[in-house]
Amino acid sequence: MPHSSSSVLPVGRYAYDAVDKNFLKERVAQFKEQVARRVSGALTEEEFKPLRLMNGLYLQLHAYMLRVAVPYGVLSASQLRTLAYIATRYDRGYGHFTTRQNIQFNWIKLEETPEILDILAETEMHAIQTSGNCIRNVTADQFAGAAADEVLDPRIYAEILRQWSTLHPEFTFLPRKFKIAISGSPKDRVAARFHDIGLMARQGEHGRPVFEVYVGGGLGRTPVVGSKLRDDLPEEDLIAYLEAILRVYNAFGRRDNIYKARIKILVQALGVDKFLEHVNAEFAAMDRAKYRLPDTLVEAIRARFGHPAFEPAGDAAQQLAQHRLADSAFSRWVDTNTHPHKQPGYIAVTVSCKPAGGIPGDVTSEQMTVLADLADTFSFGELRVTHLQNVVLGHVRQDKLYQVWQTLEQNGLGTANIGFITDIIACPGLDYCALANARSIPIAQKLSERFASATLQKEIGALRLNISGCINACGHHHAGHIGILGVDKRGQEAFQITLGGASDQDVVSIGQILGSALSEDETVDAVARIVDVYLARREPGEQFIQTCRRLGTAPFKDAAYAIA
Amino acid sequence: MPLLENGQLKEEIWQVAIEGEALPEGNVLVPLARLPEALGRNSDGALGVLLAPDEDVEALRIALPRLTAVQLTFPIFRDGRAFTQARALREHLHFKGVIRAAGHILPDQYEFLLRCGVTEVVVPEKTDVSVWERAHKAFTVAYQPSILNEAPEGVALRRYLSR
Ligand code: SF4
Repeated sequence: MPHSSSSVLPVGRYAYDAVDKNFLKERVAQFKEQVARRVSGALTEEEFKPLRLMNGLYLQLHAYMLRVAVPYGVLSASQLRTLAYIATRYDRGYGHFTTRQNIQFNWIKLEETPEILDILAETEMHAIQTSGNCIRNVTADQFAGAAADEVLDPRIYAEILRQWSTLHPEFTFLPRKFKIAISGSPKDRVAARFHDIGLMARQGEHGRPVFEVYVGGGLGRTPVVGSKLRDDLPEEDLIAYLEAILRVYNAFGRRDNIYKARIKILVQALGVDKFLEHVNAEFAAMDRAKYRLPDTLVEAIRARFGHPAFEPAGDAAQQLAQHRLADSAFSRWVDTNTHPHKQPGYIAVTVSCKPAGGIPGDVTSEQMTVLADLADTFSFGELRVTHLQNVVLGHVRQDKLYQVWQTLEQNGLGTANIGFITDIIACPGLDYCALANARSIPIAQKLSERFASATLQKEIGALRLNISGCINACGHHHAGHIGILGVDKRGQEAFQITLGGASDQDVVSIGQILGSALSEDETVDAVARIVDVYLARREPGEQFIQTCRRLGTAPFKDAAYAIA
Repeated sequence: MPLLENGQLKEEIWQVAIEGEALPEGNVLVPLARLPEALGRNSDGALGVLLAPDEDVEALRIALPRLTAVQLTFPIFRDGRAFTQARALREHLHFKGVIRAAGHILPDQYEFLLRCGVTEVVVPEKTDVSVWERAHKAFTVAYQPSILNEAPEGVALRRYLSR
């Protein structure tokens, strides 16, 4: 298996020190012991379940699934090579990037998991708290440290929260799972208001950041947009305030019904004002000095992050312009798959993991290796997994972009569709998931083929299409401009269509169900007719979601259910 | 059932009040509803309260100086409310007495209990103490402060754990 040198700090993520590494070893040893107790019968399956879940191990329809944490979505090239190795050695040659910026392997054997966790630990990876009723992997903006509009780097705070929440003594048996997202830009690229806690950071008055705090958002059965609890939480109170929120949730959250156990239900039941009163009372009563997050601590964490050693821009921008003139396919890809970088001469690249007819988020071992090599050569050895199931090369010099694209093209990773209708989010669905009503993957593949034409996609423009195999909404269907939800219709797989959801940037809304469920093929046709309505009735410059908001659902509904 | 304290099994020294019967002599644990009655009891025995998971520790504030123990309950190991109750008893009410945890508890939760302020765990007969000891000694560090006020270790919020 591959090894990494650890003499330089990894770009974009926290470098473990000896203590952190030892902690991971202890965690693996603990899990080995738990597996042994399960095998001996000392633990019942019911008792073992939450223990394995807290190590990211699910029992799915056909096998165990292992979900590996990718804190704030950042991976080093060496880590991605380790993941490629695990995919080849312990799975079927591929992995699946998730909407929580993690990666999961679908064909894992229970008895091999301690060994896999050992291998992961060697490159500072683990599966801790990727599942279970605890604080999950904290997600951050995929353009962190690169975006031109960034106010501060959210990964530093995501790392602090990751550490604080790791095996937290009080919050490891919460009523339900707990998801935190943090954005370092005024543009919300993390869907902060669809999280249990969403944090939006900005620069405060004294040179230290302050946070807007949202609570009680989420998708799932009961989609709710989070409410703002605080406008300007000082950095030093970040941990104390989150402790206060979690304490209130742990004490009062419902435990009698798993569908009503998320914090959003508690916030709704109490009302935001009452909930806030509880949080403030707890916050006022606590020993704030003890939970204080001093700037020295923040800086100590920051100091363990590596930074890219940018080179002068030179004529990089001109070279890129020439490459674009010479190759129109490349130029189209640059239009869709890149994002402005704050450093002159550089650009951030989103690699699409959604080729026409492919499985959204699936990447083969070979592709992982190609991506790792590209990261090493062209992006300071760093990659990011996005919550839209793609991969970002954060810091590519503009004059190298053409080379990067050519390599991606040769390896089935050059699809130019970021933000378009075929940049589909889909959950694993009935092909893997025991809770599913319907298969999400085949319908995603059919839709991606239906709209595969580059010209057509460009004509349609920005359109978010999200698919979930059941009401648990792992595919975020309610947040899609068009959402597709798998349902069970008298024992048959069927799909409902939702319209008008959004979690992008300034506007957040929940998609409305259009009507009764349709078969897979009928749904694909209905989506095509919905898109036709938009193309026919849009006003100049209007995006799909804007046309939806202007016209309301009626014309789309008529089209969706029109007998062709 | 025996008790686990500081890695040792020991004999139970408390009786639990029986519903509908007069409070016994000696050390007794009473439900919150019978606290006023127990406070008026004429006995040299020690007094403790059985707090249900949905009861607020604040209800004990006034009586606390007269209580030797508070017992918290896990109806099932997944129900983690007792962690918050224990921590609040120590942190907000500055309770210095015994905090017991009873009910369905896994050894894997032992360290969390200790770090939230629990001092004794009611365990089943014939409990293998070594499994609990291993759970206690599994980690050398933790990543957040706790009511045990462990010494800070290096960067961030890391703390040394006692072993
Ligand atoms: S949305 Fe439903 S089917 Fe899809 S992964 Fe989640 S639980 Fe499984």
